[in-house]
Amino acid sequence: MSAYGYSVMAVMGLNVMLAVSLNMITGLCGQFSLGHAAFYGAGAYAAASFATAGAALPLSLVAGIVVSSLLGIVVGFASLRLRHDFLAVTTIGVSFLFVGFVRKQLWLGGEMGLGKIPPSGLGSQGNALLILACTLATVAFSLYVHRSWMGFGFRAVGDDEETARSIGIPVSLYKLVAFTLGTAIAGLAGGLYAYFTQFVVPDSFGFIVSVVLMAMVVIGGTGSTLGVAAAAIILTLLPEVFRFMNEYRLLIFGGLLVLVMRFAPGGLAGLGRGGLAILRGR
Amino acid sequence: MLYFLDLAWNGLVFGAMYALMAVGLTLVYGLLRILHIAHAAVYALGAYMAVVVANGSGNIALGIVAAAAAASLVGVAIYRLLYQPLLDHPPYVAMIASIGLLVFMEDGFRITFGEQGLTFLRNPYPTQVHELAGLSVNTVQIVIIVMATVCLIGLALFTTRTRIGIGWRATVSDPVMATSFGVSAIKVRYLNFAIGSALAGLAGAFIALLNNFVEPTMGFVVSYKALAVIVLGGLGNLLGTLIASVALGLAESYGTIFVGGLLDRDAIAFLFLIVVLIIRPQGLAGIKAV
Repeated sequence: MSAYGYSVMAVMGLNVMLAVSLNMITGLCGQFSLGHAAFYGAGAYAAASFATAGAALPLSLVAGIVVSSLLGIVVGFASLRLRHDFLAVTTIGVSFLFVGFVRKQLWLGGEMGLGKIPPSGLGSQGNALLILACTLATVAFSLYVHRSWMGFGFRAVGDDEETARSIGIPVSLYKLVAFTLGTAIAGLAGGLYAYFTQFVVPDSFGFIVSVVLMAMVVIGGTGSTLGVAAAAIILTLLPEVFRFMNEYRLLIFGGLLVLVMRFAPGGLAGLGRGGLAILRGR
Repeated sequence: MLYFLDLAWNGLVFGAMYALMAVGLTLVYGLLRILHIAHAAVYALGAYMAVVVANGSGNIALGIVAAAAAASLVGVAIYRLLYQPLLDHPPYVAMIASIGLLVFMEDGFRITFGEQGLTFLRNPYPTQVHELAGLSVNTVQIVIIVMATVCLIGLALFTTRTRIGIGWRATVSDPVMATSFGVSAIKVRYLNFAIGSALAGLAGAFIALLNNFVEPTMGFVVSYKALAVIVLGGLGNLLGTLIASVALGLAESYGTIFVGGLLDRDAIAFLFLIVVLIIRPQGLAGIKAV
């Protein structure tokens, strides 16, 4: 495979990890988060700082996971007090706050970001394979959670908090766990990203990235791990295919989002289920 | 001392602009429970319309009227073509569609009118400086504050003194009951989008005048700030929205000076939002959330 092939594969893997982890928070547990890019960024910056200070690859990645999930727990606590739309707007705030904060920090490189991150030592092929392995692990983990008792608890909280509480599901704990798991995976993706590009800037983790991730979840069909992973792959490949129309990239993305929501609000998973139902002659 | 007053005046001007934006948003939320993010695209549309018509006709007043009219039409079209068919789905579906529409329209402006943005050919007003109680203020700032006050008082009178206005408020607080008393919920929704969007268009037109500049991304950050304002105000609560608009304008104005080294202007607005929500999860003036 060419270097280009590996880099597309790496970006695709990172997007699948991010979308699937957001799906754990939003799709399974019903906590609408429009700030996922902030956790991704926190992981990337933490790993980049550790790597620059001379830490080995595993240690930097763990640092990314820890910093990101700590931030996730804080936002998780906000989700205990705020519901639905209030939470959505607060997480939008988290997204802007992260970028606004990092921009002004000289020790994080400010507007210019952190460059000269030491290489992982695995080469571009090794990096891509590492990302691929983490992606597969994330998808498997998400499928496992979905089938587990905790996944049932998450869905119950997402469907109806009061009812979930009344049948003895520890709602607050589960929300915190969902945020911690989802943001930890985002942090890992951030760390891998830092090693992959060896260069991080605040704008890579802006609000529009959070929106794109949420679009992957919603277009894939909230709650469906495989649907979301498929949407992440499609939305990553689409701009590559339409590279000759680069000028109109955002226009197409916005228009696509409107059309999918308008005509297929259930997303890919909804279409898939509908297709199956037709095949079975219902 | 004068410096503090200057900051307060600036905060007030931005507060008035946020209020014009946020009133439409909060009414949409009250009526349909949709976070209408594309409202900011309507605002940017107003700004572009004002510049293009004013430059084409040589008359700024005509530009402002065109801005309000175009914004109003587009607002109604957004409701009819996008939101109405999605009302039976969970609210986040309409919200994501709304974000998509904002991205689409902003990029449309960029492609149509260029990356660099546009300026008025002849706009003497922002540089006309007056002395007001020792403060130096310009004509556009005065007009923004006066216009916002007039529009909001007008809206208050309209919703409390006229039959349609009372029907409007009744529909917001209890749609089923209002319908059974003969208020047409459909008409109320059209009215809501027509008036709310016209106000957003006006806000855009005047910000264009104030900065003497419009650019494709101008609506982007404002949209989320307007969302912050309506959340602060307690979602769907008009009075709360007004208080929150002015509070946010002032917080930004002072914040940029005192914590500007640590955070940028947009981050300050959201820090303010998060702090307030942690203390009062139901917003500044809201009743306990349902």
